Amino acid sequence: MNTEGPVIKVEGLTVRYGDNTVLDNVSFEVRAGEIFVIMGGSGCGKSTLLKQIIGIETPAEGRIWINGTDTTELDDMELRKIHMGIGMLFQSSALFGSMTIGENVSLPLAEFTGLPADDIESIVKMKLGMVELAGYDNHFPSELSGGMKKRAGIARAMALDPAMLFLDEPSAGLDPVTSAELDVLIKKLNEGIGTTMVIVTHELETIFNISHRIIMLDREARGIIAEGDPRKLRTDSDDPRVTDFFNRRVTEKKNEGMTT
Amino acid sequence: MSAETPYTIEGTNGGDVTLVLSGRISLDIFGDLSSRIDSIFDSHTPAKLTVDLAGVDYLDSSGALFLVRLEDEAQRRSVPFNLSGMSKEKMGILSLIDRQSLSAPSLATKERPMSIVEQLGAGTVSALQDIYEVVSFSGELFYDLVYSAAHLKKVRWNDVVSYMKKVGVDGLPIVGLISFLLGLIMAFMSSLQLKQFGANIYVASLVAVAMVRELGPIMTAIIVAGRSGSAFAAEIGTMKVNEEVDALTTMGFSPMQFLAIPKVIASLLVVPVLTVFSSIFAIMGGLIVGVLGLDLTIYTYIQQTMKAIEIFDITSGLIKSFVFAMAISAIGCQRGFKVRGGADAVGNATTSAVVASIFLIIVIDSTFAIILHYI
Ligand SMILES: Nc1ncnc2c1ncn2[C@@H]1O[C@H](COP(=O)(O)OP(=O)(O)OP(=O)(O)O)[C@@H](O)[C@H]1O
Ligand SMILES: [Mg+2]
Repeated sequence: MNTEGPVIKVEGLTVRYGDNTVLDNVSFEVRAGEIFVIMGGSGCGKSTLLKQIIGIETPAEGRIWINGTDTTELDDMELRKIHMGIGMLFQSSALFGSMTIGENVSLPLAEFTGLPADDIESIVKMKLGMVELAGYDNHFPSELSGGMKKRAGIARAMALDPAMLFLDEPSAGLDPVTSAELDVLIKKLNEGIGTTMVIVTHELETIFNISHRIIMLDREARGIIAEGDPRKLRTDSDDPRVTDFFNRRVTEKKNEGMTT
Repeated sequence: MSAETPYTIEGTNGGDVTLVLSGRISLDIFGDLSSRIDSIFDSHTPAKLTVDLAGVDYLDSSGALFLVRLEDEAQRRSVPFNLSGMSKEKMGILSLIDRQSLSAPSLATKERPMSIVEQLGAGTVSALQDIYEVVSFSGELFYDLVYSAAHLKKVRWNDVVSYMKKVGVDGLPIVGLISFLLGLIMAFMSSLQLKQFGANIYVASLVAVAMVRELGPIMTAIIVAGRSGSAFAAEIGTMKVNEEVDALTTMGFSPMQFLAIPKVIASLLVVPVLTVFSSIFAIMGGLIVGVLGLDLTIYTYIQQTMKAIEIFDITSGLIKSFVFAMAISAIGCQRGFKVRGGADAVGNATTSAVVASIFLIIVIDSTFAIILHYI
C-alpha cells in the first residue's frame, strides 16, 4: 500500500431525497491503493454514497474529488473520462439482460480498447475464470443464480483493470468459501495492480482480513460514526453502536423495540 | 499502440534469450504484445527463454495474460521458460489466472442459425403454441371472472378504480382528439362528393353511422391497445422479471385475481364509455364541417344524426367495444405473464401485446360484420 495521498476526497457531502436527508455533511478520504470499506446498517446510505462518489447522482451539497478533479462540477463528457478509470459493481448486479455474460464483460473491452475479437475473448475468459464463472460466457443473466450474477458483475467491473473498483456488497449471496475466494481476489488485485478498492460490505471476515480502513455510517446520525482500522475499532471504540456491529450484538434498546 | 517494440531482447539468438519488459505492461499494449509472440520465437529461436520483469512497475491482469500466453507458446515449442524479477505481488496477479478457464468450453451453446425449413417449422410451432396459450389463458381468465362475479368482495376494487382512471380518464383526451379529427376529415371528404348531388345533409348520417357502428369502437380499441394493453403487459412483465409474481404466489395470492382481474374489469367498464365519447366527439367534428362548410344548422345536423342511427347500431357498437376490451386486456395480461428473462423480454411482450391486440380487434370486427349481416 502506498501513501500518495487521497484518490477520493469527499467534503461536506449532503444527500437528500425530498425531505429525507440521508447523509448530512459527510467528509472522508480514500488513499491510493487502499482497501476501503463502507459499513453500516441497512438503509443508512451506503449505496447512495457510492453512487454519489462515482458521480451518477448529484449531491445536494458538498464536493467530491476523484484524482484531484472535482466531479461535482464536471459535464457529462468529462465525467465519462473519469468513469473509464472506474469499475462499479451495483448492489443489484445490473447486468444487461439482453446480452450474454460474455458480452456483458466484453462490452467495455470492445468499446474502449480496439483489441481483436480473439484477444477480447481470452481476456473475458480470464476474467470469468477469476470469479469462478469459467464456461458461463454464453449464459444470459436470467439463467444465473443471484451469487453468480454478483460475480459476473464483478468480472464486468474489472474488465478494463480500472484503477478504482467500487463494489456494493460483493459477497452478498455467496457461500463462505466463494466469499473467501473473493477476498483473495480482491487482495491480490489490490497488491498486484494497486487497485484502490471501495467496498460496501457487512462481511466481518472481509473487514478484518483484507480491509485497511473503514468508515461506519449510521442512519440516525446521517453520517460517519467511526473511521479507521477495524481491528483497532473493534477493541478500542467506546461507541456501543460500533462495538455492537463488530461483535454482532443486539443492544437492549433494539430488543425492547422488537418485542413491543 | 506504440510503433516501437515495448520490450528489448538480450542474449544470443538460438541460445539463452532474455525478454526484458519494463514500464507498464497493461491492457493498453496487450494487443501489441500478444501479436508479437510468434515473431519473438521465430526470429530469436531461443533455446531457453527468460522474461525479466524487474523493470516493470505496473502489471495488470492483461499483462499477466500475456505472460501466460508466452509460456504456453514456449511449452508448445518445448522451450524452457522462466520468469525473473517477479515480486510476490505480481506473482499474485499471475496466480489469479486459471489456465483451465482460458480454454474452458462454454456450458451453453450459442444458438446456431436455422435453415429456412427449420425456421418455418419453428415459426409454425410457436404460432400454434401461442394460440394454445392464449386460449388456455382466456379459459383461466373467464373462470376467474366468473369467480369474481360470485365473490364481489374479493375483487380489489381500489385497483379497479385506479385502472379505470388510467385507461378511461387519462385516455379520454387522445381518444377525443383523434375521434374529433376523424369526424372532421370524414365529413369534409364526403361533403366534397355529396355536394355535387345536393345531398349535403347526408354528411351527418354518414359520419354518425360510420362512427357508431364501426370506427368508434375500432379507433377506441386501437388507442386503448396502444396505451393500456402495452402498459398491462409491461407492468406484469416487469413484476415477473423481478420475481414479484412469484412472491405473490408464495404469499398465497392468485396472480390472476390480484393482477389480471382488476385490469380486465376496469377495461370492460371503461372502454364502452370511451367508445360512446369517441362517437360523440366525431359527430361534433362532423357538425363543425356541416355548419361552417355546408350551411347546415346545428339543429338539422343533429336531427339528421338522430334519424340515421338506430338503437341497434348503438347496442351492437357497445357490445363490440365490450368484446374488444376483453381481448385487449386479456392479451395484455397474458403477454405480461409469459415474460421470461430480462428487460428485453418485457419489451418484446409489450410490442407483442399491441400487435396481437390489433390483430384480434380486426378479427373480432370482421366476425361481428358477418354475424350482424345475418341478423
Ligand atoms: N431513489 C431514491 N429515492 C428516495 N429515497 C431513496 C432513494 N434511494 C435511496 N433512498 C433512501 O436513502 C436511504 C439509503 O439508501 P441506500 O440504498 O443508500 O441504503 P444502503 O445503506 O445501501 O442499504 P442496504 O445495506 O440495505 O443496501 C434509504 O433510507 C432509502 O429510503
Ligand atoms: Mg445498498
